[in-house]
Amino acid sequence: MSSLPPLDLVETADPLATPRRVALVRPDRRPAVRTTDEKYVMTFPNLIVREVILFQVVVIGLALAAILFDAPLEGIANPLETPNPAKAPWYFLGLQELLHYFPPVVAGVLMPLLVVLALVVIPYARVNQTAGPLWAGAGPRRALALAAATGAVIALFGLFKCWPIVVPTAAISLAMFSARGGESAGPLRRSIAKVTLPEWIMVWFAVVATILTVIGTFFRGPGWSFVWPWAHAVAF
Amino acid sequence: MTTLSLDSVFRRLRETDAYRSIVRHGAASTNRNRSLVVFENLFLHVHPVKVREKTLRFTHTYWLGGIALACALVLTATGVLLMFYYHPSVPQAYRDMKELEFVVDNGLFLRNMHRWAAHLMVFATFLHMMRVFFHRAYRPPRQFNWVIGVVLLLATLLLSYTGYLLPWDQLAFWGVSVGTNMAKEAPLVGEKSRFLLLGGNIVSENALLRFYVLHCVVLPVALLLLLSVHIWRVRKDGGVQGPPEESSRREEVR
Repeated sequence: MSSLPPLDLVETADPLATPRRVALVRPDRRPAVRTTDEKYVMTFPNLIVREVILFQVVVIGLALAAILFDAPLEGIANPLETPNPAKAPWYFLGLQELLHYFPPVVAGVLMPLLVVLALVVIPYARVNQTAGPLWAGAGPRRALALAAATGAVIALFGLFKCWPIVVPTAAISLAMFSARGGESAGPLRRSIAKVTLPEWIMVWFAVVATILTVIGTFFRGPGWSFVWPWAHAVAF
Repeated sequence: MTTLSLDSVFRRLRETDAYRSIVRHGAASTNRNRSLVVFENLFLHVHPVKVREKTLRFTHTYWLGGIALACALVLTATGVLLMFYYHPSVPQAYRDMKELEFVVDNGLFLRNMHRWAAHLMVFATFLHMMRVFFHRAYRPPRQFNWVIGVVLLLATLLLSYTGYLLPWDQLAFWGVSVGTNMAKEAPLVGEKSRFLLLGGNIVSENALLRFYVLHCVVLPVALLLLLSVHIWRVRKDGGVQGPPEESSRREEVR
């Protein structure tokens, strides 16, 4: 290993130089094909055919939807006539629901920014690479820290009376703590005991986002008051 | 003398000089030619020649990225057709919706399909992200492809959102007004960026034109570029990755 010649002996910047035949393959750096027991199949036709079928299924499904359901079209845009409620497209209604509890700069700017930031850093956070089951080998300190963290989140959102976040947060932290010591319990608790901390956080995010979006889409009427979904028309 | 079957006609066709000048390889009846199908085709060569059999299982990916891509293709096709009938001006934009409904052949079908494909794409992209997260497919060497994916999700949302204004009905106008009013609240850059986006202080004809250009040119091109990198990197990183192996999972616990 120590007898490797310096690189400038074999590499040159001169494009016209005749390449010298060199053999500098270190035993541990051989470009050997990695051996594996895994079964490989030809991409064509195995994968390509499946992709074509998938595309056809999507097109057929969308065509059926397009035949059965018409895209909404209301009256021509009128800046002088504000509908009540005025709703954003469905994927932003979670944010609009937050607007009901928080000042606009928090609900409309800070929170979405934090969500995007949190999503971007996921693969670079060490915990997401190494995390094992949340309670595996954990002492009382982890339970205490997590109780404090979930308590803080519940208190923070409770302060703003944001029940659509408080309730699922409480429910999910209850599930999280019920997994403690569940490694040797029944199949349900055993499977919950396998969940890692990043997974618990993502489940929490997905559930909260879904609940906020569903409430904003189906359960909000005039003046952002609570209504039943069957009591008013919902347009997508 | 010779029996003329469909099979023999195709075989004869495949041997003509013209066909071989387009598709360089023969029938995909050997593994060599099956390899050539993939790497002699610009579009298919984002795939490796062979794939792990496991990755073809439904539960490996749920095909969610594929559904999102299929939606993007449907949206491009229907979107181009819709552009033939659409003027980004007030009030013609709204009249064009009525024309699509009552005058253009299959116009309503076209618009319906574009709309439902857009909603499905947002939904599928989000689920795709969840699948990748819970399968921990963002781990090295895939970290940066996850980041590209997040940007692609935002691009998808922006594409859907800019398209939302184009029908110029009450739903579109107030949906976009509500959204852009949120952007206004951002400190320092809020007012300015909203003005830049709308070409004015309220949603108006200028905003319609800007959203139209963003929706039909800027964002689709951005999506195409990012999507190409995204899919190309999947191959470079060793193909799609499904649930973590049980053995490696146990290793991490220690």
